[in-house]
Amino acid sequence: MVKNIIEVRNLSKCFDISSKNPGLKGTLKHFFKRETKSLKVIKNINFEIKEGEIIGFLGANGAGKTTILKMLCGLIYPSEGSISVSGFLPYRRKDNFLKNITLIMGQKQQLIWDLPPIESFYLNASIYDIDRHEAKRRIKKLSDMLEIEEELFIPVRKLSLGQRMKSELLAALIHKPNILFLDEPTLGLDINAQRNLRKFLKLYNKETNATICLTSHYMKDITSLCKRVICVHNGSISYDGKLDKLVKKLSPVKEILIVCRSEKDANALDNAGYIVKSKIKNEITLKIENKYVSSSLRTILNSYDIDDLYINEPPIDEIIGKILIKKEYKL
Amino acid sequence: MHKLFTLLKVQYSNMLEYRVEIALWAISGIIPFFMLNIWTNNNLNESININNTMLSRYFLSAFFVRQFSVVWVVFSFEEDVLLGKLSPYIIQPLNPFFRYFTQHIAEQITRFPFAIIIAFIFFLLNPESIWIPNLIFLFLSIISTFLSFLIQFLIQSIIACLCFWTEKASSIERLLFIPTLFLSGLLAPVVSFPQYVKSWIYLTPFPYLIDFPANLLSGNKTNISGGFIMQILWILLLLPLFIKIWSEGTKKYTAMGS
Repeated sequence: MVKNIIEVRNLSKCFDISSKNPGLKGTLKHFFKRETKSLKVIKNINFEIKEGEIIGFLGANGAGKTTILKMLCGLIYPSEGSISVSGFLPYRRKDNFLKNITLIMGQKQQLIWDLPPIESFYLNASIYDIDRHEAKRRIKKLSDMLEIEEELFIPVRKLSLGQRMKSELLAALIHKPNILFLDEPTLGLDINAQRNLRKFLKLYNKETNATICLTSHYMKDITSLCKRVICVHNGSISYDGKLDKLVKKLSPVKEILIVCRSEKDANALDNAGYIVKSKIKNEITLKIENKYVSSSLRTILNSYDIDDLYINEPPIDEIIGKILIKKEYKL
Repeated sequence: MHKLFTLLKVQYSNMLEYRVEIALWAISGIIPFFMLNIWTNNNLNESININNTMLSRYFLSAFFVRQFSVVWVVFSFEEDVLLGKLSPYIIQPLNPFFRYFTQHIAEQITRFPFAIIIAFIFFLLNPESIWIPNLIFLFLSIISTFLSFLIQFLIQSIIACLCFWTEKASSIERLLFIPTLFLSGLLAPVVSFPQYVKSWIYLTPFPYLIDFPANLLSGNKTNISGGFIMQILWILLLLPLFIKIWSEGTKKYTAMGS
């Protein structure tokens, strides 16, 4: 039985936010009497994560995904509730806990801008009490995996975004953390760099059995890495479970593109009572509920002269987008 | 200690990237030489029984002490907190203030040759001021300059931690600029102040920032044991205050900018 490495109970976080009306009047009022209100951005959430799992946190901007990651890694204090990560209370930031985790934020960097990344790597190795020989070995291994051997000696400011992100990853992984918190790690990277990064994370997870908590707005990151997702909406968890179940739940229909031999058959299908998504000459796309797909196909194949047929799932981005934009979406 | 040494090496490499900027900073610290000019041209030194030579040595020493005790942690820290740059460092097993501390030491090492060049030019222009400091006093002045740096670093770090509450802590630091300028001995040796002012100035940390180490280096009369005791007492007072405010402040950290 795989043990839970992260346990979160009734976790909440409030931030004090001050607001200001526009214009001179608003500015003067703000100067003399500042209005602040407490905003509950995370509301009594509960979940567990097992060792070695790769979890995707999904949600719209401002839903609370990054705040959850920040609390899990001990960067910010929770307002209420309890968190246990690897048996530690993260916000106490004990050395043994910090040596076990890492946080990578797509838009924040820890590498020293004017020096080659190798300097930051050795510095991090020293901070995490790794001797130089071992550090050298790990840098070699990780740079091989990330394919950045040549970039190690070029000042960070001269590296491309993709090379910099890989170097950030290396700096963040040199102490072999068991738990990785990744906040939009592929932000701004081109398609090839994104793919390489995902390939690396998969490999790292396989080799070290590290637990990975990931937020990303690129659905490909989520679909290729995460079996399980946690959907966050307005600070609450709206879904916690397998990604494929979520997809089935949110998309109970399949899209079937049928290429008829003649336009006449396509017209007949158009009037047969099916939900039609589109029709162009002899090609017609129907939306059929999953449970009726096989029986409907049998009927169609027996009744019409069909040249070709394609069954498609609706695009994952479209499905996940439903979670992000529809407040009232019940999962 | 190994961590700090590695950190220092890396910060020094980084500082060397900014050597021109640091040279300019070193040159901008020549305010004691302007003050020397004002003092000697107006014969003000006669009123405090210090001859021209000793006064020029004092101001050169004040320049040196200032070069190796300049602190700017509040500005770096404020920027790092407001832009969220502190986040990766706060979850490393080393207090982020050690990064700033070693940055300062690295900057001092980088400044050293420029300070020596400026002193050399000063001696060319004022050959009567040339002196070889007593080795013991030289050693004591180095120690007291380092303690002066520590006091200023702790004061600014405490103010910097107020970022967790006010976001603009550097404005508070500016309040300290005037007393530091006037009471530290940068503009005038503290001995030149009226007796009633001196009686309370010596209870503040200010005269131990420039005046005390500069007097040690220049060979002027000063209360050595009293000076060191006050420097150490201020450090002992400020250090726990810093630890407390850091510990409370990080609970307020919101990791803005991400």
